[in-house]
Amino acid sequence: MDMLKTATLALIVTGPLLLTGCDHNDDDDNDTTARVSYELKVTNLTAAQPLSPLAVVVHDSSYGMWSVGSSASNGLEQLSEGGDNTELLSEAADNSVVTMSGGGVIAPGQSESLIIEADETSDLALSFATMLVNTNDAFTGLNAIDVSGMAAGSSRQLLIRAYDAGTEANSEQASTVPGPAAGGEGYNPTRDDRDSVGGHPGVVTHDDGLSGSALNESHRFDNPVAQVTITRMQ
Amino acid sequence: MQKEIFRALALAGALVTTPALAQDLTISITNLTHGSYFTPLLVAAHAGGNHFFQLGTSASTNLQAMAEGGDISGLSTDMSAVNADLVENPVGGLLAPGATTTFDLTNSATNDHLSLAAMVLPTNDGFVGVDSLSIPTTPGTYHYNLNAYDAGTEANDEVINGAGAPGAAGVPADPGSHNGTGATGVTTSETNTHVHIHRGVLGDSDQSGGVSDLDSSVHRWLNPVASLVITVN
Repeated sequence: MDMLKTATLALIVTGPLLLTGCDHNDDDDNDTTARVSYELKVTNLTAAQPLSPLAVVVHDSSYGMWSVGSSASNGLEQLSEGGDNTELLSEAADNSVVTMSGGGVIAPGQSESLIIEADETSDLALSFATMLVNTNDAFTGLNAIDVSGMAAGSSRQLLIRAYDAGTEANSEQASTVPGPAAGGEGYNPTRDDRDSVGGHPGVVTHDDGLSGSALNESHRFDNPVAQVTITRMQ
Repeated sequence: MQKEIFRALALAGALVTTPALAQDLTISITNLTHGSYFTPLLVAAHAGGNHFFQLGTSASTNLQAMAEGGDISGLSTDMSAVNADLVENPVGGLLAPGATTTFDLTNSATNDHLSLAAMVLPTNDGFVGVDSLSIPTTPGTYHYNLNAYDAGTEANDEVINGAGAPGAAGVPADPGSHNGTGATGVTTSETNTHVHIHRGVLGDSDQSGGVSDLDSSVHRWLNPVASLVITVN
């Protein structure tokens, strides 16, 4: 009797999760792990900030790509300063379900869609990051968005903001901005900014009076900087 | 007799199907900018799959006419063609910074999505808009933040020269009369020719020259530029 009560309570509390987990709880004999796949579509909404190749991770609750107010990981620093997603994906691979690199740069006004598959779990989440390349260390992305409750065929659309990795001063000098506006250095291990992730204040540009800035007014941006559509395919 | 039955059936059909599922909406739109005006608004309830614009795609010529000159007639015709329920120009002119307009919209059952747009003045091709929002069905009050978009159809030169026709360079006017004159132009190119988030205006502090006829301490904005409140009655 007591057990029944507990079971009923658990059913009530975990009701929404069970909807996605029911494949595992059936009584048939072919209990292979269910697979899920998600389409991630990212549209660049900026005027003149190409987005570096995406670093995409589908993971469980033990992973987070960044945390506002905390120091960026080395991988996030490399992505945010130089547009290189290799180290960030490598870090994630240690404790994550699936990692994937985008196919290339997403130009302003353009979109990229990719499909990522994973084993179904009750706490599946999706993260991705990409650099706004005509900046010192600006990035945008999603950090640990819960996708476990999504029904097959359903979609979520989000507008996302720009973050500052906090690992490089926003000097906008040509030597420090790797994108086509400047062609300067990408990743530099020296951390000469506040060393914590936060909202990006935007770029100033030489058109607005920042002496020595390699950027012009077209490189300015306001939030949101990208539109994201997540669709659960199966 | 038979005729009368048919007439009665037709009448009953009209009474039962349309009003039973139609919604009465009260809509408020507030201009949150510091010194920018919204030209006459077009608000439409329409079936899903219809759009004024879509982010990351090219603007239609009718969206361009709205964004560059505030002309909503083309978009209105587009929406009438798909049997949308429309409210045109509820303000009867410009919606000033800080001002709110409130109006009613009755939408038929199949017109369950809402779009709206108005040009932001003074800009070259900036507009405030909503693309195909799913209208809530449960009675209540719903709040949304709206962004400023760039139609991607005209270089943001920020030169006020009265030009509002599609394809003509320049800004039609500054209704608030805070503009300068004699600007050389901020830029001659548009780097993103798809509809995107507006990067904001640059402006300058030179009233009789400089690169921009806009005032950097008056005409800048940050998103969101408007608030939308939908009350489902």
